[in-house]
Formats: sequence, C-alpha cells, structure tokens
Amino acid sequence: MTTEITIELDINGRSETLTLDPRVTLLDALREHLGLTGTKKGCDQGQCGACTVHVDGARVLSCLTLAAQAAGRPVTTIEGLSAPGGELHPVQAAFLEHDAFQCGYCTPGQIMSAVACIREGHAGSDEEIREYMAGNLCRCGAYPHIVAAVRQAAEMAS
Amino acid sequence: MARTASRNIGQSIPRLEAREKVTGRAEYVHHLRLPGMLYGKIFRSTVPHARIKSVDVSAAQALEGVYRVVTIDDIREAIPHPYYGPAFHDQPILADGKVRFAGEPVAVVLAADPHIAQEAVGLISAEYEELPAVFDEVEAMSSDVLVHDVLKPAATFPDLKHLAGRTGTNVALDYHLLRGDPEAGFAAADHVFEHTYRSQQVMHIPMEPFVSVADAADGRLTLHTASQSPSFVRIEIARLLGWPENRVRVKVPYLGGGFGGKLYIKLEALVTALSLVARRPVKVALTMEEQFFMVTRHPCTFTIKSGVNKDGTIVARTCKVVWNGGAYADIGPRVTQKAGFTSAGPYDIENVEIHSYAVYTNRPPCGALRGFGAPQTAWAYECHMDEIAEALGMDKVAFRRKNLLQNGRPQATGTIVQDAALEQALDQVADRLNWNEPLDRGDGRIRRGRGIAVGFKGITAPTTSVAIVNLYADGSCGLYISTVEMGQGSDTVMAQIAAEVLDMDAAAIKVVHPDTDVTPYDMGTLGSRSTFHMGTAVRLAAEDARKKIAELARELGLPEGSNLPLPELFRRKYGMQAGNIIGTASFIPKYEKPDAETGHSRNATPFWGVGASGAEVEVDTETGHYRITKLVNVADVGTALNPKLVQVQLSGAGIMQLGFTTTEEMVYRDGQLTNGSLADYKIPTLLDIPPEFINEHVDSEQKDGPFGGKGAGESTTIALSPAIGNALFDAVGVRLTDLPLTPEKIFRALCEANGTPLAGE
Repeated sequence: MTTEITIELDINGRSETLTLDPRVTLLDALREHLGLTGTKKGCDQGQCGACTVHVDGARVLSCLTLAAQAAGRPVTTIEGLSAPGGELHPVQAAFLEHDAFQCGYCTPGQIMSAVACIREGHAGSDEEIREYMAGNLCRCGAYPHIVAAVRQAAEMAS
Repeated sequence: MARTASRNIGQSIPRLEAREKVTGRAEYVHHLRLPGMLYGKIFRSTVPHARIKSVDVSAAQALEGVYRVVTIDDIREAIPHPYYGPAFHDQPILADGKVRFAGEPVAVVLAADPHIAQEAVGLISAEYEELPAVFDEVEAMSSDVLVHDVLKPAATFPDLKHLAGRTGTNVALDYHLLRGDPEAGFAAADHVFEHTYRSQQVMHIPMEPFVSVADAADGRLTLHTASQSPSFVRIEIARLLGWPENRVRVKVPYLGGGFGGKLYIKLEALVTALSLVARRPVKVALTMEEQFFMVTRHPCTFTIKSGVNKDGTIVARTCKVVWNGGAYADIGPRVTQKAGFTSAGPYDIENVEIHSYAVYTNRPPCGALRGFGAPQTAWAYECHMDEIAEALGMDKVAFRRKNLLQNGRPQATGTIVQDAALEQALDQVADRLNWNEPLDRGDGRIRRGRGIAVGFKGITAPTTSVAIVNLYADGSCGLYISTVEMGQGSDTVMAQIAAEVLDMDAAAIKVVHPDTDVTPYDMGTLGSRSTFHMGTAVRLAAEDARKKIAELARELGLPEGSNLPLPELFRRKYGMQAGNIIGTASFIPKYEKPDAETGHSRNATPFWGVGASGAEVEVDTETGHYRITKLVNVADVGTALNPKLVQVQLSGAGIMQLGFTTTEEMVYRDGQLTNGSLADYKIPTLLDIPPEFINEHVDSEQKDGPFGGKGAGESTTIALSPAIGNALFDAVGVRLTDLPLTPEKIFRALCEANGTPLAGE
C-alpha cells in the first residue's frame, strides 16, 4: 500500500483537509472525497474537457492534475460559480438563455472553460471562441449554441 | 398554418431542468454511491474468437482490498441461465467457455476501492485456444466460421420464432419484400444501374459512459441505471431471475447522452448478477475506451440496382442490405427489418425487391444508433440517385422530385404515405443552397461543388406508452412517465402537452423521472417515438384527469362550466387539503405486421421521419483535404411543439452525423480495435462546424400526433452523409462509396482518376 498524504485544498473559498493516496487526481478528490459531483468524469484521460476546473484562476483538466498539485492553490468548480439558489454567473445565464446544452453532462466543463476563455481575452470573435473552446467536447452537438452563449457573456463582460 | 395562440404549444419554453444543468446539480447515475457499495472492474478478452482454456484469478483474489473475483461459474449460482438480449438470448453475462470478440467481458473484480479493483484486473490471466474469426459482414454470410452454434431468439418478437434452433449460419434475421416484378422491370427499362456502398462501424460515445448500480437484498432488487428503456430492463431482469416484475425496481435520473446506445439491456444484467453474488450493492462504470466494447452502430454493405427510363422514371429497384451485427444480436434484427423496408428510398417505384440480412461477426455488438439504420441505407440510395442522374444528364433535384413519393401513394410495403413532407423538405434545401443559381466552381487547385439528398425512416412499431397525470389537492400537477430525459427535452415537451390540456403553465408541472415502482410502462426512449407515442399518452391522461375533475364537480352539485378552482373542489370533497385526481391513459398506434413472404403491410409505421440535407464543399485537389463551407438540414417534425428545442435537436443530430460522415470509424487490426479513445477516434469539435450551418423544419403537421407534433431526434441524420458525398463528386468528379469520407480516400481516388494510382493502403 502506498503511504497516504495529508493535503489542504482551497475549494471554492473553503479550506478542506484530505488524507489520501498521493496518486488521487484532483477530479477524484473533488468527486469521491468531497462530494462535489458538479465536475464530471468523461474520458479521464484529458481528451474531453468535461472535468475542467480553475486552479489559480486558470482552467485545468482535473483528471490530469493530481490533488496534491493543487494543494494551497485556490480551486474553483462549477459549484463555486454561483451560490445555490442565488443569481447565476453571467456565463451560466447565457448558457441557459441560448440552450447551449442538451444532456448537460459536459456543461459544467464547458462553462468553466468559457469563464476562463473570456477572462483570458480569448472570446473576441466567433473564430477565437471556436479555437479556444475546442478542447471541450459536446456529443449532443450544442456547439453553435455554445458559441452564441460565450459571445453574449463576453460582450457583457467587456 | 393558422392556429389559435397557445401559451404552451409552439412556444420555446426553456428546458425545465436548465438551471440544474448549468449549476452542475443535475443528477446522473455516475454520482451515486450506496452504503457498502462495491465497484466492479472488468477483465476483457484479448482475442476475437476463442475457446477459454483457463482463467487464473488467484493473484487478483489475493490482492489486499479485493472483495471477490467473479466469473460465469459464480454468476450461474445466482442466475442459472445467464443469457440475455432483446431479440436473441445470445449474450452471456460473462464469457461462457468461449469469447466472440476482442474486448468481451470475461471476469470481474469487486472491491470497495475502484482503483484496487482496476489494479487486480491486471493480475488476471486467461489462456485461449484461438479459433478462426470472421469480421466482414459479406464474408460472414457464407463463412465456415460460425459465431454461434445455434440461434436463440427471444420470445418477445414473434416474427423471430422461426429462427429458433437454426444451426450452421451467421444470419440472425432475413427480411424480404417483393412488390411487382423487378426482373420484368429491369428487362423493360432503358437503363440499368447497379452500385455497392459501405458504411463503417461507429460508436455513440455518450459523454457519460455506461454506468449501472444494482442493490439486491432479501428477494428484491433496485437498479439505478443510465438506461433509455427502464421498463424493458425491469422485464428482462425479472425474466433472468425468474421473479415477478414487482420485485425489480429500475430508477433512471438524467442521462449524460444515450443516442440509442443505452437501450434495452446493457450493464444491468451484469450488475444484478454481481450484487446477488456479493450480497452488496455493486456499481460498474465503464471507461471511455470500454464503451467501444458495449455497443456500436452496424457496418453495412448495400448493393442497389435500378431500372430507369430515358425520361428519368425509376421503374424497378432491388436492394441487398447486409448488416454487420457483431458478436451478439442486441436489437440488430429490428434494425434489419425497420431500415430494410425503407431501403429503396422515398421514391414511388412500381417494382421493388428488398433482402435485408442481420449477420453475426467477431466484432463488438451493434445495436440502435440515432437513425436505426436509416443513415446507412440513405448513404447508398442517395449516392445511387446522384450516379443515375449524372449518367442521364438530369438535374439532381429534378430527378428526385420526379420520382419522390407523394402523400396518398403506397410505399414499397403498400402502406399509404401520409404526412411526410418529402418534397417540401427537398425544395427547402434546394432553396437554401440557391440550387438554381450557378455555383462558383473554382479553377486550379481548389474546386467547389454541391450536393443534395433526401431520405425517410419508419418508426419502431407496435410500441406502447402509458402516462399518469396526478393532480394534488392544492391544484399542482405531477406527470409520471418513463420517458428518459437525456437532453432531447422530453420533460419540457411532455409538460407542455399536459399543461395545454389542463390549462396550466408547463413550468409549473413536475415531471417525475422513471422509477418502475412509480412511473408506468413505456417501451423506451428511442427511435423518435416519444413525442408521438408518449406525447399522445400524456395528452389522453390529461384529458382523463379533466374528465374526472368534471365528474367531481357534478358530484358536488356544481353547475356545468362553474370552473371552481381545483383546491376548492378538493376542499369541498374532503373537507381539507387532501386527495388526488389521477388521470391515466395508454397509447399504442395502429400497426400491421409485415407479411413474412412479401414484406407487405397496410400500416408499417405510425408516422414517417423525413430529412433532407444539402452541402457545399471546397476540395484541395493536391491533397484531398476538403472544407464543408455550407451545410443545410431540413426536417419534417410536424408541428414544432417547442421550436427552440427542435432547433437544438436538428443541429445536434446533424453534427453527430457529420462525425460519422467525415472522421469517425472504429479501426481494427486482426480483430483488435486500434483507436478506442477520443484521441484517436475523432468526434466533431467546435472547429468542425461548417461556417454556414442551417437547420430548419418545414411548416407541416402530423395530423394524428399530439397537437400536430412528431419526433425530431433523428431526421437530420438521414440524408447528411450522401449530401456531402454527392457534393464531393460534384466538386472533383470522384465517387467515394465507403464512409467515412476522408481526405486520403479522395486523394487516392483523384490519383486513380488521373491515371497515377497510389500503391496499396
């Protein structure tokens, strides 16, 4: 058995202390250890984007990030984007308005990616949005609606 | 079409579950953990066809943290006859003495920690005596290699009964249709054309991979499963266990995509057996790669022959369609029949002969996938139509229009076509492509072209939907249905239908998700059937509730039309806020089984799905690379009950089919899948959407559908592939017959056409 490690994670502004196998990914730490199931496991190999979260404000694939790598750095998940029952984040509101999803499984990853994409200044045109959102797959094919939602949210943010 | 304005029907009401989905709070089976739950990880065969000599699980069993390793011998203790399937009882819960495809489940490790279970899987070894294997559907028709020794049809489909006990064949179903005299038609025709087209094996790839949880205890079983057909799961599991249906409970929350993959029975038999063996709740969640071994779409080889007169009238057509069903039949025999009977295309042809065959091979099983075979058949008949028009020098749209089936005319089965807006859809695509205007074809290296196609599909029949409308004492409403919300927007549309009858707001209705202890029977969320079938059941159930409200009012001595608010009615009846009014209804459309000899039926389908597509492409003749610069899809969805949801469905189905047309293909070497990951099997991304991408529905009405509506989930998959194939031909004059349409194939064909063919593949 591998020796377990104890780490402190800063998730959505809350400090969480976890004792776990050092091989545990940030994705599994969120879903299995902290019950934060908003972040989705799709391919678990960094190929689909469903597990996208923010670490230090930048988007990362939580399935390719060890929980230990995120220790002491602020992590934001879909649960941290808006308060339960409260007003939606403008990107969430734009996704809702443009029906930018169907099954909803890739949606938290899409939204986290879009928030970062806008913050990075990579949502200046539809071409740019397509390029910088291309790592988030949507099998339902809501892509045209995703572009429209990101564009609207970007315009509101600027 | 003039209709009275409604606050529900025809309104783009936002999805009822939208907020749950954008906040990440929507419930999926993937999140579920039960107390004491074990995780199962699967050890899979490494060879495509073999007898199992031995399986050594000792090292896995000895790993610390492993609860138990399970093989078919253990499963037999719980389920003596562990074979399942919707059409044939041919699939063992785990390999039973033999493996029939590389990737077939052989053993399962159970552990409280899924990572330990996975580690232990790596410690299992198996010895095989390899057998010759067959992978190609045409070869399998006459091969000495037999995938199954004997055919074992399920009792559920009476038309498969005659196959019981058949040996010495890989053909699991043959469907035949004969109309008129095709041979005489060919003899009299001015021209005869014959071509063969092939479709490749592809996979649904739901973003939420297959996942099921079973909790068996004390003679009862609860399944939490990502399934499109909870009622079927209950019936099939009850059959396997020999239990009454009421001891099997199947619950389905939201699905992270289904597309036909999560139909009938998939992981449910395995988790049930594991839970019975371990006496603990068990969860099995596949990885993205493992999904390719669960179910896929049929590869298909289709030879089509037409007799055509000089004026462009098609007088005779024969179709030989061979479906590669993989190692287990799944619902393949139904695909064979349903896509078989429309395989001559949406044309009015006097003499037609169809032979459609489901064939076993040593590939992963094939089942239902968005379109249920219609996209594979349309790929053939619509490329064939263009090749004929080209040879006759006729305009491609005019040639189609000349032969198109009109409402009121008999389709090949003899069923009179009604409410199928084929010509409207074709014309609308032609209009959006400015078909009558010349196209800038380019010169030099870059060449442009455009293509068009139209197709249709029949709907699975006969199938039943049951709905319950529950009015509570405060006047609020619950709608109890087993339709699965997997992104298509069924919760919202069903609420709209109920709300329209009950004069409420759709958003105020609570749709209760499938739980077979609570929600009534539904055949399944599949094949574009929910809006029509369940929609009608919901409308009738709501009408039943209204009737009961009126009865209650009469009972209370209220005058007709008094319109006393519902809460007040309940208070007068029960003296307080108490009681329910329950409206129920079931719906099964009219249907006539096709004649076994002739394939004829006066009522072969409840309605017709109709789709037309058009594409403009730009081809680099020096590399074979191409861009789709414009893509148009037009569908007949009857009345669009929720135009926004219809729009997302049409565009989403089109994008999925775009992947099946351009990039997606399961590639094998010696029966081994070589590209089972999203890195190697490329599904469309945001960068693959054509710059001009138009998705529309025609103005039409399905007269017997709920408020004029019918299904919308598959229509834009039907004609998209041939539209692109035809556009490529129009651009560079080479005809690709095999999907997907890759730059390499175009380049090879161009080299061949230029008299400088490249060496082998």
